[in-house]
Amino acid sequence: MTQLILYNVFNGLIIGAFYALMALGLSLILNLSDVINFAHGGFLAVGAYLAYALIPFIGFWGALVVAPILTAVLGLLVERVLIRPLYGRDVLYSLLLTFGLAYMLQDGTRFIWGPQTLPFSVPDWLSTPLSSQFFFLTGYRLFMVLLVSAAVIALFLILRFSRLGIRIRAGTRDLETVSALGVNVRMLRSLNFGVGIYLAGLAGVLAAGMLGLQPTMGDSLIMPSFVAIIIGGLGSLPGTLVGGLLIGVASGVTSVFFPSASDAVIYIMMGIVLLIRPRGLFGEEGRF
Amino acid sequence: MPKLTAKLAFDIVVWALLATMPYWLDQLGGYTQLGSQILVMALAATALNFLLGYTGMLSFGHAAYFGLGAYGLGMTIKYLAGGTLSGMLVGVVVGTLAAALIGMLIVHLRGIYFAMVTIAFGQVFYFIAFRWDNVTGGDNGLAGFHRLPVSLGFATLDIVKNQITFYYFVLAFFAISVAVMAWLLRSPFGRTLLAIRENERRARFLGIPVDRHIWLSWLISCFFVSLAGALYGLLNNFADPHALRWDQSGVFIIMAVLGGMRSFWGPLVGAAIYVVLQDYLSSLTQNWMSFIGLFFILIVLFFPRGMLGIIRRRVAS
Repeated sequence: MTQLILYNVFNGLIIGAFYALMALGLSLILNLSDVINFAHGGFLAVGAYLAYALIPFIGFWGALVVAPILTAVLGLLVERVLIRPLYGRDVLYSLLLTFGLAYMLQDGTRFIWGPQTLPFSVPDWLSTPLSSQFFFLTGYRLFMVLLVSAAVIALFLILRFSRLGIRIRAGTRDLETVSALGVNVRMLRSLNFGVGIYLAGLAGVLAAGMLGLQPTMGDSLIMPSFVAIIIGGLGSLPGTLVGGLLIGVASGVTSVFFPSASDAVIYIMMGIVLLIRPRGLFGEEGRF
Repeated sequence: MPKLTAKLAFDIVVWALLATMPYWLDQLGGYTQLGSQILVMALAATALNFLLGYTGMLSFGHAAYFGLGAYGLGMTIKYLAGGTLSGMLVGVVVGTLAAALIGMLIVHLRGIYFAMVTIAFGQVFYFIAFRWDNVTGGDNGLAGFHRLPVSLGFATLDIVKNQITFYYFVLAFFAISVAVMAWLLRSPFGRTLLAIRENERRARFLGIPVDRHIWLSWLISCFFVSLAGALYGLLNNFADPHALRWDQSGVFIIMAVLGGMRSFWGPLVGAAIYVVLQDYLSSLTQNWMSFIGLFFILIVLFFPRGMLGIIRRRVAS
């Protein structure tokens, strides 16, 4: 029993790490540009498929580095052409646009690579279990957790110390003042969007190694990411991180005792948070 | 006697077209069932627009209540041996009750936060329908129920086989619902909703209980969406889990935007265009999703005011 619970907690942490990686990207874009990026799941799938296409040429490690960058470049392009005209307009429009984009990305990957699940091979030494007692602890899973942690730490360091990061944080608070101080806000929004999409691409490559490739692979991750942001509190990136891990573990533990409720439990948690603390766990008072 | 204005003339044209639709739709290459589908979708989109266009609240989770209407109806007919009307009643009550409860949690949220929370809550029912498969049919949807003849006391409506009778059955509900919504919007209550949309802070200063008004508007909107959902269940003799998903919510919104969300008839126009286009595209190509997606993007970039919005602007200038 202990092993079973441990297994599910660990599993939940991994899933939670994915949610967090997705949600951090969404949250960055949401906080600075007021855009709910519905196509985030689509970008995740694009990242995964790009890695799949690149592996024969540059191997797993090369793909792990290059695929998210290519995804981010696609994201920059999309931001420049489609999303930039919508800044300052009703939230409705960017939401509908990214919704349409999500359809196109999903159908596009299906058109190119087919609807069936494709296998995604990771290096052998990563996929062997590390110990026979804790069979679930494969190298790949451990590796994923480490890589996600590294990415999250890097993100927070960038936001804390780099000029770009400081501007992003300042822009989240008061974009008008930041603009008045001479910062190129358009560029700032573009770069910020690119960073968000990079995280989605990275999550895609990692998810492909665990779940395989499917055009709809982003769908099951995007809703929990919304929930993670709401539970953590809009406007707070640490909140988003905590929210993602929290719902991951919660659904993992629930699947031990009551498997059919493992999806629903995160929404119940969201309901409770909204009831008791409408701004979310780490949200600022009065921002929304 | 109201003056014969452009507005009234337009109303008369709309009603005349709707009342005669089964008799000219076939000639244009459509079929009666498509007409019924347009009405159902138009009802849902008009109900959504009550909240979106006239109260200024963006809900991206209306599919949940649409789907609850369909499932409530289907389960009543299938498991409780209910009739068509009692099934519809159950569907509408279930959808509206769920909306009332969730509404209490979310009415004090605004803007982007409101949109996100409605998206997330909308998914709860999708997962329930998806997971609880021995009752709801899971991913395959709830099949095995059929609409039944409706007895009016003095006559029996054969809506089972006769598509044209069913069309008029749907039209009757559509007409009553739309009339009620139009009446509500012209009442002091509706004017208050407009005031909230235009300037919430000022409305609050005037002593209007804003949250309660938004909750009521949400409830009215969800009530009519569940009714549309129940009719949708009747139309297809089927309840589909995808009718509960966020995709469907997005479709309702695009209908409202496409037609023009500041116009009362906008959602009807949008629904008609969307339903016909989707029917046409999905018979033409496997990749209709790409085209619909592109269509969304083009509308947002080039026609954000919608069809009627553009026409109205032309007329005004």
